[in-house]
Amino acid sequence: MAAVATCGTGAGSTGSVVAAGSKNHVTSFQRRGPRASGSDSSYSRLVSIAGTRPSVRNGQLLVSTGLPALDQLLGGGLAVGTVLLIEEDKYNIYSSLLFKYFLAEGIINGHTLLVASAKEDPADILQELPAPLLDDNFKKDFDEEACNHKTAESNIKMKIAWRYQLLPKMEAGPVSSSRFGHYYDASKKMPQELIEASKWHGFFFPEKSSSTLNIEPCSLTHGYIKLLQFIQNIIYEEGFDGSNPQKKQKNILRIGIQNLGSPLWGDDICCTENGNSHSLTKFLYVLRGLLRTSLSACMITMPTHLIQNKAIISRVTNLSDTVVGLESFIGSERETNPLYKDYHGLIHIRQIPRLNNLIYDVSDVKDLAFKLKRKLFTIEKTDLGYSGI
Amino acid sequence: MFPELNNLLNTTPDRAEQGKLTLLCDANTDGSFLVHHFLSFYLKANCKVCFVALIQSFSHYNIVGQKLGVSLTVARECGQLVFLEGLKSSVDVFFRAQAEPHPLQFLREANAENLQPLYEFVREALKPVDDGEAAWRCPVLLVDDLSVLLSLGMGAVAVLDFIHYCRATVCWERKGNIVALVHDSGDTEDEENNILLNGLSHQSHLILRAEGLATGFCRDVHGQLRILWRTPSQPTTQRDQSLTYQYKIQDKSVSFFAKGMSPAVL
Repeated sequence: MAAVATCGTGAGSTGSVVAAGSKNHVTSFQRRGPRASGSDSSYSRLVSIAGTRPSVRNGQLLVSTGLPALDQLLGGGLAVGTVLLIEEDKYNIYSSLLFKYFLAEGIINGHTLLVASAKEDPADILQELPAPLLDDNFKKDFDEEACNHKTAESNIKMKIAWRYQLLPKMEAGPVSSSRFGHYYDASKKMPQELIEASKWHGFFFPEKSSSTLNIEPCSLTHGYIKLLQFIQNIIYEEGFDGSNPQKKQKNILRIGIQNLGSPLWGDDICCTENGNSHSLTKFLYVLRGLLRTSLSACMITMPTHLIQNKAIISRVTNLSDTVVGLESFIGSERETNPLYKDYHGLIHIRQIPRLNNLIYDVSDVKDLAFKLKRKLFTIEKTDLGYSGI
Repeated sequence: MFPELNNLLNTTPDRAEQGKLTLLCDANTDGSFLVHHFLSFYLKANCKVCFVALIQSFSHYNIVGQKLGVSLTVARECGQLVFLEGLKSSVDVFFRAQAEPHPLQFLREANAENLQPLYEFVREALKPVDDGEAAWRCPVLLVDDLSVLLSLGMGAVAVLDFIHYCRATVCWERKGNIVALVHDSGDTEDEENNILLNGLSHQSHLILRAEGLATGFCRDVHGQLRILWRTPSQPTTQRDQSLTYQYKIQDKSVSFFAKGMSPAVL
């Protein structure tokens, strides 16, 4: 199944197929094949970029977030041209793990990476990426896990609450058919050769803060302006937006921004309630404009639990496409709650975009918990005490 | 456009009213289906539409529009639709200094006072054509959405002024319509947004408010739509008429039903 997307310079599409004024009548039942449109830009046909697949619902080009379970919850993956916002858990343990999975997935698929951080040097972040799990090792481990799990829970058919037996279980294992998402071993590091073979750009704010600006001050903090310029530069220079005639890019740019909004970026919304309330939202808007017009996908982690002004959080949510919140049990009263003893935290899918569509893929399951189990990060539906009522 | 919604609002593209301000509002849910409805409705009604689309790209509206039976590319080419794509233009405005004032000029400025360049853009776009060649029915301004302007540094008063100027030109002078979407932030204390929402509610002739269900997520009922007809200019002794329906969004249409009468339940 060829993944075809048009990304013309004037179309500003999010990577999906657009029947740009064609004479053929496109119905929604028609499988979108390669269009012989012969249109103006040299970008009219992109066939199967590594690590992407079209969405089942509307042909939207998707990339994996690095966690197949999360991909499933988001309707297949992260759409190219959109922003995934992760609301950090309290001590930034699991959100930085998700961040690393996202970058590791980019390296495995051969995507170009852009890593921006104000806290750690991007080179150090890349050194700490988890190693991918190779198929045969993984299958052995996973079968072991599945056996343990099965013997632990009884196979007695539920007599009273029998309807609950028909509820679908969450998929926790590898999806056998596709190589779209990969599993990672959090206890091992990514092999050095893979990191060196990958193409990446790093933005470490303390190093870049001294150079001069060539945009007049416009209520964005210095750090955000520099970051936007950096991203725009990479997108243009490497041809991700199709406007550079010398560069023909057939790859995805994965942008990862860590701890956006924290005081290390020079923003004071986490320190005071009357801080610069427009800097972050303007940044997100222009960033989204850059993403929509290029072949890139972005993951941002943000310490929303520190933001003093709650109005900013709702504005930031409205300006992002996909929003996922992590809540870890460390240090909270839920750590000792017997209901949650198998899990490390809850995961809240706060927003999923409706792209090119009136409807969207939304999972029916709303109570989701995650656990970091030896090597795997799994997401499961919490039982909430249904068993054996 | 959704035929069921037309029935509820008691309009058809042939007899669309003029000189009205319609406020779309969503709370705890996504009200963008209303924007798609009005966009296709006014294009089918043969009106000249100026669409200030700040939140999504052109192809998004185009693809949904095709499902609803209108082609935005054709409309744009023949001059019926003037489309301001906020996301794409913002990149141009932000990174390159523009020679002439751009409608999104405020992105470059530290303390933009007002939205005058945007108003000038709208006024220019909906100027009546004098050659009499393709007479569109009435001008329509559609904004998706106004809450984004608050996030981009404009104050609530500046946005209200902008709508006021647009109303004077589009609704009163040229007998057209305005449809704007504002998010209701609910209990997150976004005061600027509340000022904007309350100010616009008082000026609107028709308010469509999409709310998430109070009981939470449901697969068969996606939300509740409250329709409120108002007559802002004349004080009336009779109360404003209000109706509430629940809805379910499907691939190409939205079905409406009375509260509790979802087909899934009956």
